[in-house]
This record gives sequence, C-alpha cells and structure tokens, in this order.
Amino acid sequence: MIIETRGLRKSFRSRKATVDAVQGVDLVVEEGEIFGFLGPNGAGKTTTLRMLATLITPDGGDATVAGVDLRRSPGEVRRRIGYVAQGGGTWDEVTAREELAYQGRLYGLDRATAKARAADALTAFQLEAFADRKCKTYSGGQRRRVDIALGVIHRPKVVFLDEPTTGLDPQSRAHMWDEVRRLRENGMTVFITTHYLDEADALCDRISIIDNGVIVAEGTPTELKREVAGDVVTVGLNGSTRQAAKLLENEAYVRKLETVDAGVRLYVDSGATAIPQLLRTLDGSGVVLGSIELHRPSLDDVFLAKTGRSLRDAQTSQS
Amino acid sequence: MKLVRDTWLVFVRQMALVLRNPVWLIVGVMQPLYFLLLFGPLLKGVPNLPGGNAYQFFVPGLLVQLAMFGTMFVGFALIAELRAGIIERMRVTPVSRLALLLGRSGRDIVTLLAQAAIMTALSLPFGLRVRIGDLLLAFAMLGLIALMLSAISYALALKLRSEDALAPLINAVSMPVLLLSGILLPMQFGPAWLRTLAKWNPFSWAADGARALFNGHPGDPHVWKALVILGALTVVAAIWSARAFARSVR
Repeated sequence: MIIETRGLRKSFRSRKATVDAVQGVDLVVEEGEIFGFLGPNGAGKTTTLRMLATLITPDGGDATVAGVDLRRSPGEVRRRIGYVAQGGGTWDEVTAREELAYQGRLYGLDRATAKARAADALTAFQLEAFADRKCKTYSGGQRRRVDIALGVIHRPKVVFLDEPTTGLDPQSRAHMWDEVRRLRENGMTVFITTHYLDEADALCDRISIIDNGVIVAEGTPTELKREVAGDVVTVGLNGSTRQAAKLLENEAYVRKLETVDAGVRLYVDSGATAIPQLLRTLDGSGVVLGSIELHRPSLDDVFLAKTGRSLRDAQTSQS
Repeated sequence: MKLVRDTWLVFVRQMALVLRNPVWLIVGVMQPLYFLLLFGPLLKGVPNLPGGNAYQFFVPGLLVQLAMFGTMFVGFALIAELRAGIIERMRVTPVSRLALLLGRSGRDIVTLLAQAAIMTALSLPFGLRVRIGDLLLAFAMLGLIALMLSAISYALALKLRSEDALAPLINAVSMPVLLLSGILLPMQFGPAWLRTLAKWNPFSWAADGARALFNGHPGDPHVWKALVILGALTVVAAIWSARAFARSVR
C-alpha cells in the first residue's frame, strides 16, 4: 500500500467553538489506483487531504505516505508527493511554461532539466496552444490542466487532487477524467476528493465515503453498491407474470422477487450474470418477454444507507 | 546551500513580478518626494537643526521613513498570494520555509534601496553631501529596517489573512512610531517624557544613526548602537516570520 492512516484526527478551534473536522480516519490506498474520497462539503475531505499533503499537522493518529512516516519526516513526504489544491495556485502575470519550469526548480531540478520537463509536460497535458500566454487569460479547464501539470512536474509516486473537477463544464470534466486516468497509466497513485457521486463511480478504482469526519464506507464502487442493494432487474411480461414468478423465485441468484404491474422485479447480486441466467430459465417456458431493465444502485443509495440521508440533501444543508 | 538556492529562486521570481509592473517602484518614491519638495523647505527656517543644512538633517530621516513605509505594507501582496493559492503550492514543495520569507524580503530590500538611491540623487541639488562609504553603511541600515519590517508584515499577513484586519493594525502602529522617531523634527526639541519615549523606538535610533553617517561621523556611537538594535530586532522578526511560513495554516 502507498498510503495508510491510523486514527488520523484534526480539530480546529475558533473563537466560538471547537470543530472536530476529522475524527479518527483509517485509510488504505494501494499503489497505482485512483482512490476517491467522497463526501459532502464540510465532511473532512479537504482537511484529511491537507494533513496527508503535510500542509497541516494532525492532532492525533499516524500515517505513512509513499513509504515515509508523515509525522516524523514531512520533508521527505513532500519530495515524494504532488498536491493540487482546489483553487490551484498560479501567478496571473506568468505563463504556464514559466510556471512549470519554476515548479521543477522548486523541487530541486537544475535549470536545464526543469526546462525540459516543462516542455514535456506542455506536450503531455496538451497545453502548448496557450503555454506562452499569461495564466490570467486561461479558461477554467485550461487552468486546471496547468495546475495538475504543476502538481506532477517532479514525477511523484502519489498525487493528491482536491476536487479537480469542481466548477468545470461537462466537456472539461470529461477531459479532466482522461487526464487523471493517464496519470494512473503513468504509474502514479491518484488520491482525489470529490462530492460528485458520478465522478467517484466512473473514475475511481476504490472509494472511501466520509461524513462528519468519520469514514462510513470503503470499497470499490461496485462492491459498495452491491453491499447496500444489489442490482435490480425488472422484467416486463405480457401476461404470464404468475408463471414467470414461479419459475424464477427459487433460482439461486434471485435474492428477492416482487411482482409488479406488468412483470416481476428481481433483486440480484449482479445484474450482469443474472440476466443471461434468467433468459435461459424463461426460454422455452412459453413466457413471453416484453422487456428487461437493469437498475444499478447509485453511490447515493450507499450514502443514504450508511448515513440515513442523501448526499444531495447533505450537500444543500451544509453549504 | 539549499537555503541560498531556494532564497534565490523565490527572490528572482518576486523580482521578475516587480519588474513586469515597475510602476509601484515609482509610486513608492512619490511620498518621500513630496516630503522632500513640500516639507523640506519648511525646515530651512528652523533654527538649531543638528547638522547645519536642513537637508543634511532631513534627508537621512526621510530615507528611514521611506524604509519604514515602503516595507511595512508588503504583507498585502502576500495576502493576495495566499488567496491565489501560491503560498500553499510552495508549501507542499520541499522548498525551504525560511527561503519563502528571505526571497520576498530580498525583493523588498532591493526595491527599497533602488528607491533610496533615487531619493539620495534627487536630494543632491538641494545641497546634500555624503561620503560614499558612509552612504553605503546608511543603506545597510535601511536594508536591515526593510528586512525587519517586511518580515513582521509577512508574519502578520499570514496570521490575519485579511486586508481588513492588516490595514488598521499597521496604521495604528506606524503613526506613533513615525512621530516618535524624530524624522520630521529632532526629538531634542521635545519635552523630557517625549524624548524618553523616543529612546524606546528603534527607528529613532535609526534616524539618529543615519544622520550621523550623512554628517560624516561613522564613529558616532549612535551608528553602532542603531545597527545592533536593528540587527537584533531583525533576527527576532525573521525567526518569528519564518515560523509563520512553516506553521500549518488552515
């Protein structure tokens, strides 16, 4: 594993009250995966991320990042990780090419190497078209790509991306997902925070869900969804509902069966394997199939099951 | 070695940003220039000014004032950088925290000394005369003031993180410090209690030291005392500020 935390804690004291932002987080991130840290705003995602990126010191707990003890040698952790803040961090008056070379220098590269790395990054992230324009002229999507290129200029083992697609239009978002996948293909472990369910689902190999500073679920998106609900297959039938129900209800792969208006609804572990089996079962029985619909539970169902409220509601109530 | 390299890196970038928009360099000279042109003549009529020529008395103090007001407000630029995420981006790199401070303060020192050189040159037609060695020592003193005050300004900016909190604080402190420095008129003119207060003001020592240098008395005890006082305060300020750069901020 490339990141491991045990009981990571952080509280913030303000004049009025103490906020326990992160209350004992245990995480395991494996090398080479895209790990998603999902939760509503204010759940403790960014605080955890900032602890792992050495920006704030934990109040308690331990963590190993890229093989280094976070609390004992934060300097060594910095050399091995990249971090891209939600808002980025470029000077308005400077160009992407200058920023990339400068970032390389900050990581200790000599001038020539930094320049060469900058040129490579401009190609890899397709920034050449605007590389010599000032950063203040960039669109949101362009700026995010520059931010990410800056975060990985020193080829870190792990890169932390804080809400990399927040505020982007759908096209830039899709582009950003491709970039994140490309980082993984280049051997990097990517740790991203997000409050978008679809993003966690589509992009991440594994996710942890955090709410009110506590991890409430962890696993691959598929596992998590299956654990909560399984898939739902709705079979539309022309009349022979009772016969179909009788045929299907004792099949091993059917967890639960309900008859509905024009067919049956089956709760199964995996729709992908259940559908061929149920087709075989019904085939030749005289039951006329009208339609088959597969509903996969969303991560919102998972969030709902774990916290008792929908992520979308949590979002609006806290922000 | 790494500290020197990192400081240079930060300094070069900061300097490049100033040179891309050099108008601020000029704006910084405007205020002392007004003092030179519109306040200096008033001093001509003041009897018993130490040093004889009014400008021989006034210009060294004016340079100390320039050093104070030119660097006290540099924290505002840092708040803008904080807001843009630049400081955070730097803090996740292995770059030295002390270099984040020293590179910026280096920019402030260079900017200040350029302005001070302009002011000195503009004062020559008014009859100011100073030996080059003494001038360089005086500029070293100004450099110390710039390092100290920029470090304090940056530390306050990192702690307050808001222009609205920083501006009133600096204004509240800067005025009494200026008035108690003897820059505009010599403190010897004042009553005993005012002179006692001024003794506790390091910038009063700086103004006296700079005057001694401009009048060709580098051996005057005010000179080494000013350098020691400013040097000690600068070290304390730099340590405090570097810690603020290193400290985790929310």
